[in-house]
Amino acid sequence: MFHLALRMLLGDRAKYIMLVGGLTFSALLMTQQNAVFQGLLSWTTSHMRNMRASIWVVESRVEQVNETKALRDTDVNRVRSVSGVDFAMPLFQGVLKARATDGSEKLVQLIGLHAGTLFGRPTKMLQGDLEQLRMANTVVIDELAAERLGQSPAPGAPPRPLQPGDVFEINDREARVVGICRTERHFFGYPYVFTSYDQALQFAPRQRKMLSMILAEPKPGLTAAEVARTIQAETGLAAYTVPEFERSTINWIWKNTGIPFSFVTTIILGFIVGVAIAGQTFYSFVLENLRNLGALKAMGASNALLSGMLLLQAYTVGLIGFGVGVGLTAAFGFAVADKGQPPFLLQPDSVVRTLFAILIICTLSALLGIRKVARLEAAIVFRS
Amino acid sequence: MSLPSSPSDPAAVRLTGVVKAFGSGDARTLALKGADFTAAQGELHLLVGPSGCGKTTLLSVAAGTLEWDEGQVDLFGTRLNDLSPSSITAFRRRHIGFIFQQFNLITTLDLVENVSVPLLLNGTRRRDAEDKAAALLARVGLAGRERKRPSQLSGGQQQRVAIARALVHEPRLLIADEPTSALDRETGHQIMDLLATAARSPGRSVIIVTHDPRTYSYADRLTEMEDGRVAGVHHGPALKDFISIHH
Repeated sequence: MFHLALRMLLGDRAKYIMLVGGLTFSALLMTQQNAVFQGLLSWTTSHMRNMRASIWVVESRVEQVNETKALRDTDVNRVRSVSGVDFAMPLFQGVLKARATDGSEKLVQLIGLHAGTLFGRPTKMLQGDLEQLRMANTVVIDELAAERLGQSPAPGAPPRPLQPGDVFEINDREARVVGICRTERHFFGYPYVFTSYDQALQFAPRQRKMLSMILAEPKPGLTAAEVARTIQAETGLAAYTVPEFERSTINWIWKNTGIPFSFVTTIILGFIVGVAIAGQTFYSFVLENLRNLGALKAMGASNALLSGMLLLQAYTVGLIGFGVGVGLTAAFGFAVADKGQPPFLLQPDSVVRTLFAILIICTLSALLGIRKVARLEAAIVFRS
Repeated sequence: MSLPSSPSDPAAVRLTGVVKAFGSGDARTLALKGADFTAAQGELHLLVGPSGCGKTTLLSVAAGTLEWDEGQVDLFGTRLNDLSPSSITAFRRRHIGFIFQQFNLITTLDLVENVSVPLLLNGTRRRDAEDKAAALLARVGLAGRERKRPSQLSGGQQQRVAIARALVHEPRLLIADEPTSALDRETGHQIMDLLATAARSPGRSVIIVTHDPRTYSYADRLTEMEDGRVAGVHHGPALKDFISIHH
């Protein structure tokens, strides 16, 4: 009988398309918004993936990686002296104004790395030589900075991205590009400019304390978590492992911004739209087939069989709608992947959550029909 | 569910003192007020009477599709009073075929699929069910149209499909509700011929509710109903007199 249930569903083309369309829209909305939200959250912790270190030491009140409360220069040596620390390097991070050759000003994320080790260096160099950062007034910029600070080769000509050898200004000081790197985009959308720590202090406005963070590694045989706890205990500074800092950063975003509320609201709306469209359409499909269902009941179809048929119909349109919706979301992801925005991160658990939500929508829709069918008297077919 | 053999009782259907009310309180209406009804095996039995007299209610009770409040219902020696609702459903599935006034064919299925439904409900394999359905469609004059949809057929042809669907699982009781009311005279006679032939099968009974006097001549027995009760049963010469008066 179940193949006939599918034939009944597919035979009513208009309702079938409406059901699949509604569930597709619902799945698309839930998955796409979730992926954009996850992408945005991943941007909030991109610093840690751009500068890879096992332990991040910050001022004790700092809760998230994008926040800077300056440390004393001597704190680097205090951390180095903690047992279990293999090495610890200073890091400067700050948002500064950069001026392109056409005079326009852009904000950049300036990162100052320890000149001796360049620890925290960008993960992938595309052009140039990172080692030249040890020379005066030099910077390595990411692709976004190269594009935003691009210069015209001749007056009136369209600007081209910066290349090694080009020059621009950071805070009225000359910066010479010695390399182009690839980074993960930062939450605030600022392009990355890497330089040496000492050079960064030259670029940045002078303040009493200039050290932003300390990047550290545990000695072989020790875990980052246990060394971080030791640093915290011995120095009074906050020390995070990468997962801890990611969690803390994301918690901060949830607590202090309206971003999650906005996305979660849209995702819930997607669910409600799915319930409304699918529930209403499926219920009207059942109502229109009531005489047929009554006839089947008169002929001896049990409530369990009819319920099974309705569930099969609901789950069939649900799974098709889910597949198309997730497929469209993936297509959206591919389309924006090259542009780098909007943020997009489609994770398997998001897809599973959407599937679960769609199955709930289908079950609720089918239950409306099952309730109607369970109360249906087979004798209805004898009434004209 | 197999039926007990009951050679001593030739009745296919026996309703004794059946009472059925609809609604409650002031809105309570008695549709059957102690109806007694018997249909014999091997007969085509017509159930007639004015609108609202309780014909369809009695037919629904006899078919086990409607619960009754009082009285006894026996089908081929099985007392439905003693069966659970699910057992009554199983009984209906195996032993009763239905023909409805509006045909009630599923429009999104083709003819073979429609006719094979009772077999599939009884657990027959899909291919066997469709083979048998196609053979029966040929017997009712619809060979070559197996894959058509009901909407592609005339009313008479749709009712033939409904008859094929009612007979495909070889039920012992055929219940028909106004099977000719939506059909023209010629087609109505063709349908009644088919039903009369079906009624002649050994051990089978056909009960038809009708308003159509053209069908009276096909009856072996005719029960008149009035105000929720059986007002008279006609057969033999009495039936001929009844037909001559009402035709």
